Amino acid sequence: MNQPAAELSRNARANSRARPMTGNEAIARGAWEAGLRVAAAYPGTPSTEIMENLGRFPAEDLHAQWSTNEKTAMDVAIGASFAGVRAMAAMKHVGLNVAADALMSFSYIGVNGGLVIAICDDPGIHSSQNEQDSRVFAGFAHVPVLEPSDAQEALDFTRHAFEMSERFDTPVMVRATTRLSHTRSAVEVGDRHEPPVRGFDENPAKNVMIPGHARQRHPKVLERIRLVAEEMETSALNRVEMGDSRVGIITVGVPYAYVKEAMPEASVLKLASSYPLPERLIRDFCQHVERVLVVEELEPIIENAIKVMGLSVEGKEWFPRVGEFSPEVVREGLARAGVIDAPARKAAFGFAPMVRPPVLCAGCPHTSCYMALRALDARVAGDIGCYTLASIEPLRSIDTTVSMGSSIANAIGMVKAGIETRPVVATIGDSTFLHSGIPPLIDAVYNGADITVFLLDNHITAMTGGQDHPATGKTLRGDDAPRVDFVELVKSLGVEWVRRVDSYDMATMLRSLREAIEHKGVSVVISDRPCVLDPVKIKGPALAVDQEKCIACQSCMNLGCPALTWSDGWHEGRHKVAIDPDACMGCTLCAQICPTDSIAPIAAGAGAA
Amino acid sequence: MSSRTSGPTNVLIVGVGGQGVIMVSKVLAQLCQNQGHQVKQSEVHGMAKRGGGVFSHVRFGAQVWSPTIPEGEADILVALEWAEGLRWINFMKPDSGIFIADCQRIVPPFACRDRGRGAEPAYAPQTPEEIMEQVSTGYAMDATGMAERLGNARAANTVLLGALSTALDFAPEAWLEVIEAFVPPRTVEINRNAFLEGRAWAMAGSKRVDETASGLHRHREVARHGPVNTVVEIIDEWCKGCDICVKMCPERCLRLDGRLVAELALPDLCTGCRMCELLCPDFAIRITNTAVTDAVTEAAQ
Ligand SMILES: Cc1ncc(C[n+]2csc(CCOP(=O)(O)OP(=O)(O)O)c2C)c(N)n1
Ligand code: SF4
Ligand code: SF4
Repeated sequence: MNQPAAELSRNARANSRARPMTGNEAIARGAWEAGLRVAAAYPGTPSTEIMENLGRFPAEDLHAQWSTNEKTAMDVAIGASFAGVRAMAAMKHVGLNVAADALMSFSYIGVNGGLVIAICDDPGIHSSQNEQDSRVFAGFAHVPVLEPSDAQEALDFTRHAFEMSERFDTPVMVRATTRLSHTRSAVEVGDRHEPPVRGFDENPAKNVMIPGHARQRHPKVLERIRLVAEEMETSALNRVEMGDSRVGIITVGVPYAYVKEAMPEASVLKLASSYPLPERLIRDFCQHVERVLVVEELEPIIENAIKVMGLSVEGKEWFPRVGEFSPEVVREGLARAGVIDAPARKAAFGFAPMVRPPVLCAGCPHTSCYMALRALDARVAGDIGCYTLASIEPLRSIDTTVSMGSSIANAIGMVKAGIETRPVVATIGDSTFLHSGIPPLIDAVYNGADITVFLLDNHITAMTGGQDHPATGKTLRGDDAPRVDFVELVKSLGVEWVRRVDSYDMATMLRSLREAIEHKGVSVVISDRPCVLDPVKIKGPALAVDQEKCIACQSCMNLGCPALTWSDGWHEGRHKVAIDPDACMGCTLCAQICPTDSIAPIAAGAGAA
Repeated sequence: MSSRTSGPTNVLIVGVGGQGVIMVSKVLAQLCQNQGHQVKQSEVHGMAKRGGGVFSHVRFGAQVWSPTIPEGEADILVALEWAEGLRWINFMKPDSGIFIADCQRIVPPFACRDRGRGAEPAYAPQTPEEIMEQVSTGYAMDATGMAERLGNARAANTVLLGALSTALDFAPEAWLEVIEAFVPPRTVEINRNAFLEGRAWAMAGSKRVDETASGLHRHREVARHGPVNTVVEIIDEWCKGCDICVKMCPERCLRLDGRLVAELALPDLCTGCRMCELLCPDFAIRITNTAVTDAVTEAAQ
């Protein structure tokens, strides 16, 4: 490393005041520093850690909670704002669709205590069902959106967002992406400043959205966003870095880093926000460079807005509208646009990588549910959670997956179409059921749909890393809470046939499902076993395969359990099976399937594999 | 270390969920930060817990822009699992990239999904020797084995950190200080030894393959399994259409025909495993597997 010593020691001094933080940690920290009092969220990758981190600040400073869904979280935050304190709702991009109804009208009302919505988009679909660009909502709702490009900005922008929210009487969005949320870099932190408490603002014309009031508010909303735009013209959040005047790049958020990496010499207008845009600043920048490129991930929001201003800029003709950006993608785009040389690509190794798809955990309680459904040849409307992994081989028993809570109503539509010959089953996780499964279940009862709802209760929100929900008996901060009783809940909605089964009892599971399907009308089967990973890792005594008795039929392997592999033994030319004792958690499902009774707990004396 | 005058140093750390990729990269990031560098560490852990691959980009230097390493620009690739190392190998600098890998194999269930005769696991077939031939500097280690011999297989990551330390010029004491702050207090001694052992092992040459590790990668003894003829006989009169064989056939190649009698609908998929024969309550199914002798094969040709 040939770095100048002075530079290193300057960095070292700065580093001592800074701590490494992910973007999500920094958003949480920024909100805490801004004097946040109430925060609510529903988990969703990549946003989940915002609320998890907020829950680590002292309870005297702020109330932080998991809500049943994003709309509830938004409404809780709105309520806190009405009451006069600073509030935050956090969610992933698709969560904003759920919360949008509240947001659209709350935008008319404006805030009392500052309200910030933290939104995490997932370009590249690392862990989502789509890659929508939530910035579209900002313009739609006339709400400013701030887009930090690194963790330091995530903290600074979040703090600023609260102040902005109160000054302009508007909710403000802070938008991150997976890359920002999950990148750790040094952040200089500050102290907490609590703004003076405001009382409830008794002003029905502002707070009660009836047509007469809303008509009054709409022009005010437009005026407000004009004022925000005016402030953005001179705001220090936007930055012009003049370099080579032949090419000017307008960019926002994480792509700024890729631009600096790929073309450090270019002139850059780094915006802090794609809505509202500072028109004069943009015009001025465009005048000082010969050619303007807009580099933004996903939708051409800035690009189109600038074109509406009548300026000539280029963007999506060179840079993709789908997927996540990277230094490579930006470099290739710049090269296509002819402003840098094409990057030399030289892949040294030509072999294809091994396939390693994600799988359900060894002993996952969802496994038996889908084994049974496959055996019953059901038409399965699926939902979103770990169990969505059962849509691929070897379980492959989910026919559809749309959005959270879709399964039950999708199933209603399937039977009401009147042509399905297979039994129609909706599968839905416990957290998803509480999020948005209850209204469709009522719908099914009300409309007499002949469907079976398979409620997969693994006692946690597993997919997103193990968050509590109203049926786990714990709150975000780990305090005891009342537990939703699913059997009682379902009965109270009018379901006449309901049964709870042990997820590790394959025979009863199959029999119950068969009976449920035969029942005319809505039936509910609840599979009941905790997730083996969260909140605590469960490890029972491992099983082993008796190599003498194994006939290598590999039926057990249809479970897709990652603890099952081939042994060194053969039978009639096929691999016998062995169990990795470290991975096996002793659910016994494979033993229940084995036709030759070759699988038993190690302690019971089965030959070690 | 790789001599470079500008731009950040790029270290890519990869493995499988649960192995400690994030821990390894946090140690490195902390160390670099202590030493006065700007550091960015980026990971995507969406599906990591579900046995998928995990990766973490660590970039450090006077000024770091992109949080991710562009393909072909990693100075060092550290792989906690062999096939994961190969998945990312093209991210290394083609001419000067340093490849450090534990040779342990975590075979995904997906790789064992062939019930055919003499099937080979669909695990990366490349051997350490093959890969070492093509990289400028490389270490194929038995880090897990080394850590096990020191008393704790979980210290394998620290063995790899030891090897990594030879490629970056930070003092060993600085490494140990950070490592000791990260590991549980009881294991400080083991981790210290693991680091020193990994470091010493990598100091001994610029290309090394651990004998035992390469042993892990020997091709399986080729099992000779000549083809067989499988005949599935179903006695219609005895079959009462109970559906058991249809539901339990692992290849799902049976079905009930129009008369509700079992039939072999997809004979190509049948592996002759005898599952249906065993499970049929009425002894209505008989499987005969006859080896096709070489003589027969030859005669056929
Ligand atoms: C609207 C929306 N909010 C959040 C998410 C993120 N998300 C995906 S799966 C999931 C939880 C599923 O929990 P559960 O239904 O209990 O199933 P499990 O993962 O426990 O099997 C969440 C919150 C999403 N995809 N869509
Ligand atoms: S995390 Fe829990 S629910 Fe998800 S696959 Fe593992 S055991 Fe199943
Ligand atoms: S008992 Fe069988 S199915 Fe269950 S975890 Fe162990 S190997 Fe997997």
